[in-house]
Amino acid sequence: MATMNMLQAINNALDIAMAEDEKVICFGEDVGIFGGVFRATSHLQEKYGKARCFNTPLVEQGIIGFANGLAAQGSVPVAEIQFADYIFPAFDQIVNETAKFRYRSGDLFNVGGLTIRTPYGGGIAGGLYHSQSPEAYFTHTPGLKVVVPRNPYQAKGLLLAAIRDPDPVLFLEPKRLYRASVGEVPEEDYQLPIGEAEITKEGTDITVVGWGAQMEVIGKAVELAEEQGIACEVIDLRSLLPWDADTVAESVLKTGRLVVSHEAPLTGGFAGEIAATIQERCFLYLESPIARVTGLDTPFPLVLEKEYLPDHLKIFEAIRESVNF
Amino acid sequence: MMTQYVHQPDFMTGDEFSIPTFSLLNPEGELHSDADEPALERDHARRIYQAMLATRILDERMMAAQRQGRLSFYMQCTGEEAAVVGATAALNDADMIMAQYREQGALMYRGFSIDEFMNQLFGNELDYGKGRQMPIHYGSRKLHYMTISSPLATQIPQATGYAYGQKLAGNGHCTLTFFGEGAASEGDFHAALNMASVHQVPVIFFCRNNGYAISTPAVEQFAADGIAPRAFGYHMHVIRVDGNDVLAVYEATRQARKIAVEKNQPVLIEAMSYRLAAHSSSDDPSGYRSKDEEEVWRAKDPLLRLQKWLLKKQWWSEEEEATQQETLRREVLETMKRAEKRSSPPLESLISDVYADITPSLQRQFDQLKRHIRRYPEAYPRGAQSLDLDVGTETDTQGEA
Repeated sequence: MATMNMLQAINNALDIAMAEDEKVICFGEDVGIFGGVFRATSHLQEKYGKARCFNTPLVEQGIIGFANGLAAQGSVPVAEIQFADYIFPAFDQIVNETAKFRYRSGDLFNVGGLTIRTPYGGGIAGGLYHSQSPEAYFTHTPGLKVVVPRNPYQAKGLLLAAIRDPDPVLFLEPKRLYRASVGEVPEEDYQLPIGEAEITKEGTDITVVGWGAQMEVIGKAVELAEEQGIACEVIDLRSLLPWDADTVAESVLKTGRLVVSHEAPLTGGFAGEIAATIQERCFLYLESPIARVTGLDTPFPLVLEKEYLPDHLKIFEAIRESVNF
Repeated sequence: MMTQYVHQPDFMTGDEFSIPTFSLLNPEGELHSDADEPALERDHARRIYQAMLATRILDERMMAAQRQGRLSFYMQCTGEEAAVVGATAALNDADMIMAQYREQGALMYRGFSIDEFMNQLFGNELDYGKGRQMPIHYGSRKLHYMTISSPLATQIPQATGYAYGQKLAGNGHCTLTFFGEGAASEGDFHAALNMASVHQVPVIFFCRNNGYAISTPAVEQFAADGIAPRAFGYHMHVIRVDGNDVLAVYEATRQARKIAVEKNQPVLIEAMSYRLAAHSSSDDPSGYRSKDEEEVWRAKDPLLRLQKWLLKKQWWSEEEEATQQETLRREVLETMKRAEKRSSPPLESLISDVYADITPSLQRQFDQLKRHIRRYPEAYPRGAQSLDLDVGTETDTQGEA
């Protein structure tokens, strides 16, 4: 075991994947000699050469289009989009191409080797364009997988699984935790399963679901709730597409209550999907309405970021209201 | 166009064309022997220089303030003041400017006050953008400067559209859009140039080729001879200019504007310069370029070049330089202190302007937020401060009712 922050864990996963399989190729804006603006690809060009780790021109649609072609050819591209806020020029390539390559060709061709890494999320004074959580745009796209790690251990295991997964994966990295989240990470190769949620804490009174950076916030809220004698069961979805409805439903059948939290706006957010599915599967067991604690239906602000964010106090209040319903 | 047939395969690479660089002043601030001095009045030349100097000083002070933790983020225009201010000075002050983000010199030239800069940088209650965007995302309706958007190149096709509207309005105005050589890789750049040419639009595409897109050097950005040759593919007027020579930038842009406004034709200008500072306060160039390389460009400082020319013409003096520098530094510091102390924008600014009118659903979310902040005021100092005002206002309203 070694102590790593999330960037080191991601860098380590990329290193392992590139060492093991020469078809793995990492590229994106500034990922070459500089190692990416967050340094997630540090030293990879030195180690594996410019043909396998390189800077691209500044064109996201080009990066993903190129990656689709490279994956169709049989290589294993790991493309970086510098900020998730800047993924939208590539939206066509991802939604119409990446996600539909296998289906439209009757599986003659696929881009299953592709992994798209991109940092997402707020809490870093990034304003409108360095803070967004665009997961719901992509969870509405059959053919993609969407994965979000919560800490360094999860990041390494899930990224290695994403790179080797037979389907294309959008890997959303919680940038607020890049350096802030530090933990024990095995130095050797390991994978964590895509499509399986993890119960990070067991409890009987209420289920609280989230993913990525929001898990840390949920953790603080749950501490407050426990002080008031509320036993929370906490679930990290880890994968949003496909998502593990079984684990959540099983938990809610036990607790009868559910709070879901994400930073993205309320309307059309992924919490809505979870709420709809769980009320179908647990209707007669629900003791209170399923609560969503999310960002407001506004663009991501700057000066009033604290007010906007679904922080631990807002989640704690939702837990309390649900229990006292 | 008539098709010309040949009967031997002959591939072309573009090397058949070479695009020279238009330059008027040498680094000593002297006019090249075969160059014509542009028709620039004394006061106009001084206004240009003063805007460049003020931009340099604002950038130095604000980067220092960022390092002291007083400001969350900053970006400098340093090294590119001639390109930005020279181009702006050649426009009519009512022409539209759609910039990328490193063009504070354009606003400085047009008279954006230091106070206005500071209010945006500190996102206080007087910021026109209501504290919503990161520092340097300025905008000014009265100065015809479109509010900055961080995503790169999005402003370029918008400039084409804005200018098309100006053409239809027949007001004799044009739009100039600034962007970097890195942003020119985006699809939006190509779409913008093609549409401008097809629809005969009075727009000037002003590329600041400063050598770097964050860490990525121009040689890894494109294989061709810069951005200028791309104009041929769209049948567009093009000129390459020494971006550190403000007279050349001014003259090139002045003539480009004539083409745009009088002929309704777009023009591409590629200004060759160098980003002397880091990409932003979050960047450290020592990881990707050498001090020696930076020194070469420091010696070509566009401010010094213009200053030398002005001194020779006796349009500027050493004494004025010293006084001006000191006055500007003091103004920046004093204005910063005032701007820092101003209140944040009101809580209401979280939900206004998403739409023209606040939707009922958003209002419900906001009411819930207010109840929450009242419960935990200490956790949301800005929101709480604003709410106390709100509570007061509500009481007043009730009193009147």
